[in-house]
Amino acid sequence: MAMKDPGLEGLPENVMVGKLDALANWCRKNSLWPMPFATACCGIELMATGASKHDLARFGAEVFRFSPRQCDLMIVAGRVVMKMLPVLQRIWQQMHEPKWCISMGACASTGGVFDTYAVVQGIDRFIPVDMYVPGCPPRPEQLIQAIIDLQDKIQREGTITGREFDTAGRQLRKRALVEIAAPLSIDASRNPVLQRELAAEADAFLARS
Amino acid sequence: MPFIPPPVDDVLAEVNGRFGPLESSLFRGQTRLIVPEARAFEVLEFLKEIGFDLLVDVSCVDYLEYRDPPMQCPSASGHRYGLVYLLAATATNQRLTIRVFVDDPDPTVASVVPLWKAANWLEREVWDLFGIRFTGHPDLRRLVMPEEFTAHPLRKDYPLQGRGERHNFPVITRDRS
Repeated sequence: MAMKDPGLEGLPENVMVGKLDALANWCRKNSLWPMPFATACCGIELMATGASKHDLARFGAEVFRFSPRQCDLMIVAGRVVMKMLPVLQRIWQQMHEPKWCISMGACASTGGVFDTYAVVQGIDRFIPVDMYVPGCPPRPEQLIQAIIDLQDKIQREGTITGREFDTAGRQLRKRALVEIAAPLSIDASRNPVLQRELAAEADAFLARS
Repeated sequence: MPFIPPPVDDVLAEVNGRFGPLESSLFRGQTRLIVPEARAFEVLEFLKEIGFDLLVDVSCVDYLEYRDPPMQCPSASGHRYGLVYLLAATATNQRLTIRVFVDDPDPTVASVVPLWKAANWLEREVWDLFGIRFTGHPDLRRLVMPEEFTAHPLRKDYPLQGRGERHNFPVITRDRS
């Protein structure tokens, strides 16, 4: 029997003591809500992973939701073409923090065999990715391994305030972009020239405020 | 057994009687008729009147740097774009392929949307991927590529990996999402 902490005097035996960060990570990692961004055959394996035989529920990640507002894990399963990329980015931005991203399969990670004008050569060029799954398509076991590894990562690096995602001024900059783009009522993310102009304007806006 | 459509000799006789001799060829039981671009619409209109009521497909081929005359037809050689109209007559089960050749700059042909509503999206796709302009089309916008795309990617002089369009997006990093 370990020596009792004097601060815990009077508490019953079955009380566990830990860091708040670790406790939050423990809750988060065992209740991931995946957003299935399935565009190709990897999506079929993703469905198999969620189905009863492989049973992703064993790892607490079985609640697939089709609204980014209800999800915290985006699984990009399949090739992403350049017409789809703005959609992918918008869905990623619509997800609430804390959020993570798994790039599933060769196409999502590198473009795979589709080295053509229309196919994005790896989603990590344009959105953040936490875990890559090799394979074409990966077996459900491989995706499950990636989710287990992601759980380890969340447990090791996570903080209750999300400091691991945070850098200075990020919320402010996002708001600045929205305020400038909204009156124009256009989708700036699809126009690279406008995007550069908006970034310059956003910097100016930040400098003023 | 492969489907061999009924011969179209009677149709060719009618068309040639009306529009003068047009070059045609036969390949694996399928007849192809080459029509000059200026007369394409009236020939197609006539074919619809005599029973070709179904437009199966409108497509295109870019013959840039093609060595032999397409289909071994002299009147097809030297042209860059070959449009393909696949027609079917539902009453007689006859099939007929119409080829119309157009060239740079500004390859143009009359739209057949007034004849077949099905041509609407088919012609938009050909415009999108080959840059053939269909005059008289009610809504000639891109069909498959993004609106802001500027090239026509199935042309043979367009590089397979594009001109950087697939890299031309804002990058969303952790601190900006």
